[in-house]
Amino acid sequence: MSKQYQVQIYVTLRPSVLDPAGTAMRAGIQQLGYQDVSDVRIGKYIELSLRAPNEAAARSQVDRLCDQLLANPVIENYRFELAESAARVGASL
Amino acid sequence: MKFGVIVFPGSNCDRDVATVTRGVFGQPTRMVWHQETDLSDLDVVVLPGGFSYGDYLRCGALAQFAPVMRAVREFAQRGGYVLGVCNGFQILTEAGLLPGALVRNRGLHFVCEPVALRLERTDLPWTRQYAPEAVITLPIAHGEGCYYASPELLAELEAHRQIVFRYCTAAGEVSAASNPNGSLANIAGICNRSGNVLGLMPHPERAADPQLGNTDGAKLFASLLSAVPALVA
Repeated sequence: MSKQYQVQIYVTLRPSVLDPAGTAMRAGIQQLGYQDVSDVRIGKYIELSLRAPNEAAARSQVDRLCDQLLANPVIENYRFELAESAARVGASL
Repeated sequence: MKFGVIVFPGSNCDRDVATVTRGVFGQPTRMVWHQETDLSDLDVVVLPGGFSYGDYLRCGALAQFAPVMRAVREFAQRGGYVLGVCNGFQILTEAGLLPGALVRNRGLHFVCEPVALRLERTDLPWTRQYAPEAVITLPIAHGEGCYYASPELLAELEAHRQIVFRYCTAAGEVSAASNPNGSLANIAGICNRSGNVLGLMPHPERAADPQLGNTDGAKLFASLLSAVPALVA
């Protein structure tokens, strides 16, 4: 019997990749008066639901999905959080 | 020589390419919808500029999974000529047919202007009609054209002479001042190791018709036709 998982995925630029949008945002933040803010980096947040037999299988699927599409390993890193969600009665998946 | 121009949802330079290959050079050219899977009638496949799939997620990220891309991979592996321009270059890197990645321009601006480029390779089927180290002018129009690669990858690209075009001054000097988007080592275009797959951010198809006032891009197409005369229609 498979389980339902909620997945929250964070994709961030590798430290070696410049983030001009983050730099521009930092300038705006400092304009607002927050002079002590630095190292602003913009990433992506993706959430999705997934059915899998168990947590290990779910994690390995999300890893593959991130490697294949959600993150570009040349420029990005990713991490994700995964939690089993209550089974949805009659969910048509 | 038969050209195929891949049309993804959001491609917008596809007809510009056909206008050059069919109109200027008189070669048979067909538009290839992204759902097609048979490219066996083609000698050259062009991935045009535009905003495939709305550039969602990353530029070119979703196009790499279009049904036609499996055929493009096989076509490239068999030695077929594959040209990616602008968004087409982004798709080729996302698909792993060319190394590295294209990220947001250093200055954040969408840059739309003619730029000077230095030819780093003139022994390729794509570039053999250009003079060695020739400086040409082609238009660029992109927001994510900053070429990125790790130091190891850059060393590999240099070692295998895969850098084909670099941004330069009118005098041919490759400098930070002549870099419009922050590209690593001023890289504007690269090829794979065997040279049959070429990707570049500038638009040769927008500088190939004499009526437009600049024909510096025409030699790229002419080179290809002269490289493989048996295939010319």
